[in-house]
Amino acid sequence: MNWLTDIIRPRIRSIVGDQKEVPDNLWHKCPSCEGMLFHRDLQDNMNVCTHCGHHLRITVKERLAIMFDDGRYETIDLPKVAYDPLKFKDRKKYSDRLKDSQNKTGLKDAMTIAKGTIGGQNVVIAAFNFSFMGGSMGAGVGEAIVRAAKEAVKTKSAFITIPASGGARMQEGMLSLVQMPRSIIAVEMVKEEGLPYIVLLTDPTTGGVSASFAMLGDIHLAEPGSTIGFAGRRVIEETVRETLPDDFQTAEYLQEHGIVDVVVKRADLRETLGRMLNLLMDPQGDSAGGTKKKGSNAKVNGKAAPAKTSSGGKNKSPAAKATKQIQAAQSAAKSAKKNKKKSAKKPAAKKVAKA
Amino acid sequence: MSQLDFEKPILELEAKIAELHHVSGDSAVNIADEITRMQTKASRLLQQAYSKLTPAQKVQIARHQQRPHFCDYISALIEDFTPLAGDRNFAEDHALIGGLGRFQGQSCIIMGQEKGHDTQSRIKHNFGMARPEGYRKAQRLMKMASQFQLPIITLVDTAGAYPGMGAEERGQSEAIAKSIETCLRTDVPIITVIIGEGGSGGAIAIAVADRIYMLEHSIYSVISPEGCASILWRSGDYAKDAATALKLTAQDLKQLKLIDGIIPEPTGGAHRYQEETIHNVERTIQKAMKDLMPWDKEKLLKSRREKFLAFGRNI
Ligand SMILES: [Zn+2]
Repeated sequence: MNWLTDIIRPRIRSIVGDQKEVPDNLWHKCPSCEGMLFHRDLQDNMNVCTHCGHHLRITVKERLAIMFDDGRYETIDLPKVAYDPLKFKDRKKYSDRLKDSQNKTGLKDAMTIAKGTIGGQNVVIAAFNFSFMGGSMGAGVGEAIVRAAKEAVKTKSAFITIPASGGARMQEGMLSLVQMPRSIIAVEMVKEEGLPYIVLLTDPTTGGVSASFAMLGDIHLAEPGSTIGFAGRRVIEETVRETLPDDFQTAEYLQEHGIVDVVVKRADLRETLGRMLNLLMDPQGDSAGGTKKKGSNAKVNGKAAPAKTSSGGKNKSPAAKATKQIQAAQSAAKSAKKNKKKSAKKPAAKKVAKA
Repeated sequence: MSQLDFEKPILELEAKIAELHHVSGDSAVNIADEITRMQTKASRLLQQAYSKLTPAQKVQIARHQQRPHFCDYISALIEDFTPLAGDRNFAEDHALIGGLGRFQGQSCIIMGQEKGHDTQSRIKHNFGMARPEGYRKAQRLMKMASQFQLPIITLVDTAGAYPGMGAEERGQSEAIAKSIETCLRTDVPIITVIIGEGGSGGAIAIAVADRIYMLEHSIYSVISPEGCASILWRSGDYAKDAATALKLTAQDLKQLKLIDGIIPEPTGGAHRYQEETIHNVERTIQKAMKDLMPWDKEKLLKSRREKFLAFGRNI
């Protein structure tokens, strides 16, 4: 069924929708406000609760579609690795768990590598699939991060990682722990080329994943409400024997503690990234995908760069797109004001440094 | 935990021998013979036990309280040790000690986790579980090593980084990640020895080295066997199975080509033979340093990177 999923599916899907997903008449309950959500509404709202704004988990496919310009991107095959070198077995064989996850998700491992443009700038994204063994990082994932970083270097693209992971894949023992330095080497390659490295922290980012490439971005974005931290809440509670604040280890909490730059709503994601990438990669504002602008920047989303890539994702409904653009424009205007204030302080110094 | 269950018959015998030694001054001709006989038996039992240690037993040995700790290595191997404190931002972390000193005449930076040897010192050193400040001090010292072109020795012995509220608030993840990054950017030789417990991220934070060695009965693991068992087996009772499955012994990791060598411990373990063990570690570091000192900066950085990229590809 794999060939079908990969090759025929995208085309069928655009007509009949994703078969794997629940029927359109289904209702969901928001885990945060317990409000009832009509499936189609939820989908149109990027899996964000229409009542309280809670960000529910989203599949990698959906996420990539809302991030890349026009929802278009190209995926890159994961490199081959030695699976199950430890012949690990707990109550169940690791090789069986792997197969189950592969069958369930149609993926080889917990990682998708995609390339395309955001705000007109070339971007390579390495995104974790939480539904594949909790997004755990073993050799397959580590090797994929290295592969993605090399692609970014080769194509002079910005590199974005999107962790959604409980941490290391313990079924691979020490071979999973060494993915911490290996993924950091990948990031080093990108940084050495002067290319931006941005991390979008999503729910959850913990353990060995948070303590490696995920904390070394030039910029750290986080989705509202995501759990981000090193040790699990329960482990900490058992150690310190006191109850932790409710918002402990949330994206907002981490921002307050200086670890996250911006907490970004899904609806603002593409615009925010596009703006950041243009500021970093197009300092004079004159590249092809140039989006130098004042005030309104609704245009960034629309038809920015000529998309050369083949279709991978699907476009959102027009209604969702419109709301998104309004929200994007509002938040962009807000932050543009902020930026002006900041840059007014010492613009000269910045120019000198650039020259 | 100062007694290992599988060593119980040996310990009993050793206690008897000590007792006999004590009374042998008084009288009895046969006692000397008896002592010799019991000593032979004890060493035979020790030989037997240590020739077929299970991974779970190795976990126990690696955590043994009488095993030489960071400070024991310092006092035996490092002249002019000058501890340097603090991350320059928030605090000094006594769990991860570091400083300047001479190893066989060569000035270097030495750092590692200290678990402490009695209740008071264990509390002081937080049982060898470092907070972000420890890893930020490690980064500071690595940068200093680079600035003055001094080789780095790291001795790893920790159950893991400390899981606490403050540690999280101050960026435990970031501190560990940055520490690994700093290892990768430091252009002087780095030599690591896992002397006891190599616990997960808190261990590898200072173990991204040009040469990585493990003592014969030390362990190095992505998660503690207890933690692994409670997650994958849904019960801590399966820690022994997890210890085997995780392939956390020096012998397993040598086979997986994740370490460069195994440093032998005398039969009976480092907790019985501290001096000999420390001496073996000394000889290994000495040889590694001799190999690495002629390397220039580029070669060091490049081959360290290649070494880690090869992990998993070469098995
Ligand atoms: Zn809600």
